[in-house]
Amino acid sequence: MDFDFEKYKTQGIKVNYYYICKRKLWLYDKGICFEKNFDRVLQGKILHKNAFQREEHKDMLIDEMIKIDIVSADHIKEIKISSKMKNPDIMQLLYYLFYLKQLGISKKGTINYVKEKKVVEVELTEEDEKEIKSALINIRQILMMKKPPEIKKLPYCKKCAYYEFCYAKEVD
Amino acid sequence: MYKDYYIFSNGKISRKENTIYFEDKEENKKPIPIEQIERLHFFGEIDLNTKFIGLISQYDIILNFYNYYGYYIGSYLPRKKNVSGLLIVKQSEGYIFHEKRLFFAKCFVESAVFHILRNLRNYKGKTDEVIKEIEEEKQNIFKAREIDELMGIEGRIRKRYYESFSLFLNNDFGFSKREKRPPTDPLNALISFGNGMMYNTVLGEIYKTQLDPTISYLHEPSSKRFSLSLDIAEIFKPLIVDPVIFYLINNRMLKEDDFDIEEGICFLNDEGKKKFIKEYQNKLETTIKHRSLNRKVSYRTLIRLECYKIIKALIEDEPYKPLKAWW
Repeated sequence: MDFDFEKYKTQGIKVNYYYICKRKLWLYDKGICFEKNFDRVLQGKILHKNAFQREEHKDMLIDEMIKIDIVSADHIKEIKISSKMKNPDIMQLLYYLFYLKQLGISKKGTINYVKEKKVVEVELTEEDEKEIKSALINIRQILMMKKPPEIKKLPYCKKCAYYEFCYAKEVD
Repeated sequence: MYKDYYIFSNGKISRKENTIYFEDKEENKKPIPIEQIERLHFFGEIDLNTKFIGLISQYDIILNFYNYYGYYIGSYLPRKKNVSGLLIVKQSEGYIFHEKRLFFAKCFVESAVFHILRNLRNYKGKTDEVIKEIEEEKQNIFKAREIDELMGIEGRIRKRYYESFSLFLNNDFGFSKREKRPPTDPLNALISFGNGMMYNTVLGEIYKTQLDPTISYLHEPSSKRFSLSLDIAEIFKPLIVDPVIFYLINNRMLKEDDFDIEEGICFLNDEGKKKFIKEYQNKLETTIKHRSLNRKVSYRTLIRLECYKIIKALIEDEPYKPLKAWW
């Protein structure tokens, strides 16, 4: 398959959101986002600031597109607050590994759930590459939609920063 | 929990590390912890500096300034960090296309009138006549084809509504009709002050969203005011401000000596303002169980939810249906 990476590359958070909620992905992309006033997001920011303070390469912006929390000799690390969204977290990290591979850099990755003292090792397989490519194609399609994808009720809706936005309506 | 802070005295405000200090003329220093501020309201004369502005901007705190009579002068709004170009385009579209604009405008008036009638029904027996008249006039909302017409209908309803206040208030302070520029009697002063507070509260909630406060539908987008705030305030004035006024008067909490008259202008003095603001804040923080969210929300949050619903309509997600208090 011929895959034009330049056309499809996007920010890591969008890959993450793609696996959480397509509607959230669309809204976030259009700047209609609610992370700012949300306690849990603030928590994440503080955690981020305090974790791995001795690491040299923190918050590396690569290719002016993806921001990797920590880059070391053979690993990249993502810091996350809780492992509740494990799959989206893994996909995000796999995307970073995929991205780096396109730049000719090969690394492994870990997700660090600092509060839970848990580390998940991630390696990019051929299977993963296929998955990432199809996700990137889908993401592009979603972001080109003229209006947001409809609400799809998910078990974690109530904890989402977008909950009030999505579910506020008048009941007859 | 973020709060509104109201400062009535004259003095100066300064920053020391992460704390804000207010110092009055007698050099009494009072700390205000920055993490707890949502908005600061200055009713007195205040000296402040850019170091202070810098800090409050980091925390997205809004400053509101009022003149000697308690009239709103203006705000300082920190640089906006959440903007959506797409939404501004859609918001403008909503203004440009007459049908869309008229629809929003009608919704705002319809909701305002719903809440006006809801207030009047609390005084059944005294207000039957006026309720009937307003209900008749209300039918014209749906027939209106132009914004001017709608404004006319709204104006007539409001006039009738205000005139009826003396029927159920146990002190009307000699009120006969609504006078804005300037208010010359206590009840008019109270309404003006309350509506001004509402305008600010709504503006603060709009500011938390990506809506542009200058693009509006019922009121003409204006260069002098944030007219979207006026639009949305229509819904909430009868829901929040008016019941506070009725409560304060009928429980004899506000009296003649809470007002001053100078050069023909009647206004709430500091004591009066404090009494009003206390009840107004209580009202904003009162919670009700929201039916679609299935959680408790405050009256203040209802304002933000109204903004969300407007956004959703603009991005063609869900048609707009204005709030009609169901509790």
